[in-house]
Amino acid sequence: MASSTAGLRPRRKKNPLSFIYSPKVIRPAVAIAVLLVVWQILCSGEGSNLPSPVQVLEQTYPLILNPFFDNGGTDKGLGIQIFASLTRVAVGFSAAAVVGIALGILIGSSKFMYDALDPIFQVLRTIPPLAWLPIALAALQEAEPSAIFVIFITAIWPIVINTTVGAQQVPQDYRNVSRVLKLSKSQYFFNILFPAAVPYIFTGLRIGIGLSWLAIVAAEMLIGGVGIGFFIWDAYNSSLISEIIIALIYVGIVGLLLDRFIAFLESLVVPAEQK
Amino acid sequence: MHLEITDLNRVFVGKRGSVVALKNINMHIETGEFVCAVGASGSGKSTLLRLIAGLDTPTSGTINVDGQRVTGPGADRGMVFQHYSLFPWMTVRQNVEFGLKLQGCSQKERFDTASYYLDVVGLINFSEAYPRELSGGMKQRVAIARSLACHPKVLLMDEPFGALDIQTKERMHEYLIDIWQRLQCSILMITHDVEEAVFLAQRVYVLSSRPGTIQRELTINLPGDEETPKNRTYKIKREPEFFKYSDEISSLLRGRETEETEAIAS
Repeated sequence: MASSTAGLRPRRKKNPLSFIYSPKVIRPAVAIAVLLVVWQILCSGEGSNLPSPVQVLEQTYPLILNPFFDNGGTDKGLGIQIFASLTRVAVGFSAAAVVGIALGILIGSSKFMYDALDPIFQVLRTIPPLAWLPIALAALQEAEPSAIFVIFITAIWPIVINTTVGAQQVPQDYRNVSRVLKLSKSQYFFNILFPAAVPYIFTGLRIGIGLSWLAIVAAEMLIGGVGIGFFIWDAYNSSLISEIIIALIYVGIVGLLLDRFIAFLESLVVPAEQK
Repeated sequence: MHLEITDLNRVFVGKRGSVVALKNINMHIETGEFVCAVGASGSGKSTLLRLIAGLDTPTSGTINVDGQRVTGPGADRGMVFQHYSLFPWMTVRQNVEFGLKLQGCSQKERFDTASYYLDVVGLINFSEAYPRELSGGMKQRVAIARSLACHPKVLLMDEPFGALDIQTKERMHEYLIDIWQRLQCSILMITHDVEEAVFLAQRVYVLSSRPGTIQRELTINLPGDEETPKNRTYKIKREPEFFKYSDEISSLLRGRETEETEAIAS
């Protein structure tokens, strides 16, 4: 097909930058531009509490240009701050994923465990992440493990609940097939139950990572130390509003990237044609 | 005698009394025979198949395969389910090989067997595709290949083409006749479609509803059956014999239905 059209009409060389003209790029670009202009107009008057975008850039370009400086203490570049927060999320979230998937499969495949534990989880999952921080501090006595515990306890509920649903929804026909083929318990688990639950598990992981990132910023404001949350709080105490704004933008972008990262992992494990 | 069912009863006991699903079922399937059981909904035909597959246990009576009593599920009774039961995370080939893998066949044996049956169902070119990429008819053909790959003594089919459109269904019927003749396997198929039963089967059991009992056993002799291989194509549906069998079975099934509708009307 391609060769026949090529014969009729000389193919124009495709500009590698032509994606810039696609509506998917132009539309959000215009929206951002409008937003910035409105912001600029609203905040450029005398006595405005918040800086305008131009002021933000003027005041923070050293921070933006040099993300990895380290002046000791908590005076570090934004890259290092975010990296510190990401490390906490990585530890807490990984632990939540392992424990959550195991718990979810246990509960999803056993009516007894479901009846026993589900009501407890339904209550625990509604507790706001930060409400766990004092009890974690009391139990663990240290800031760092407490912050990680907050991430863990925040991320685990959506993982448990979605994995449970995934294990429960294994179609009856799959179970019948496995009975006809006389699968042992472990064969059933690895060949049927787990693969059937994988799409649900990833839904839980994506919600979990999003909540972790929400929680870490709040938790770090309270525990202090290096991390993007405390950076924001510190900037507020020093009245460096421009720095807060730039940090918020970074937090948003990292949150988006984390979500995309889990989606990417899912596309590796579950290719689109398998869904 | 190959598959033999003797005095089979199945009663479901519930909170609001018990329901007799199957009553005094006696039937048999000879080696290499294609048998259909036709019944309206509520005739317990799926229960019957589940009992033979060993997924359910009878209240009384026995099921024997080659003289061996059925006590649980086993790969000697291959099952094709009504809904597509292929595993979406496995390719077509992996689905077909799955049963063999569990039986501990070598990789080469698995590959060859799967290739053979995929070729039989005409899907060898789709062996690396995932079920999602196949049409409904193709999925059921893979399911048939998967069941056949384990070399079952009898292939049990639970309304396998119920979810397909009529054109695909007719093509599947011809495929199935072809597979059956080439492999000389024994097949028991459950259906509510009278024409499907007459077209496919050598013998038909007509089941009544509530409780499910065998109302009539019919041997189907259509023109062309004496030839080898049997010459059943869709032209046969215009033969007077075909109508005769279809009418007979339909009126047997309808006899019960009219009683029920009258009971509702009065």
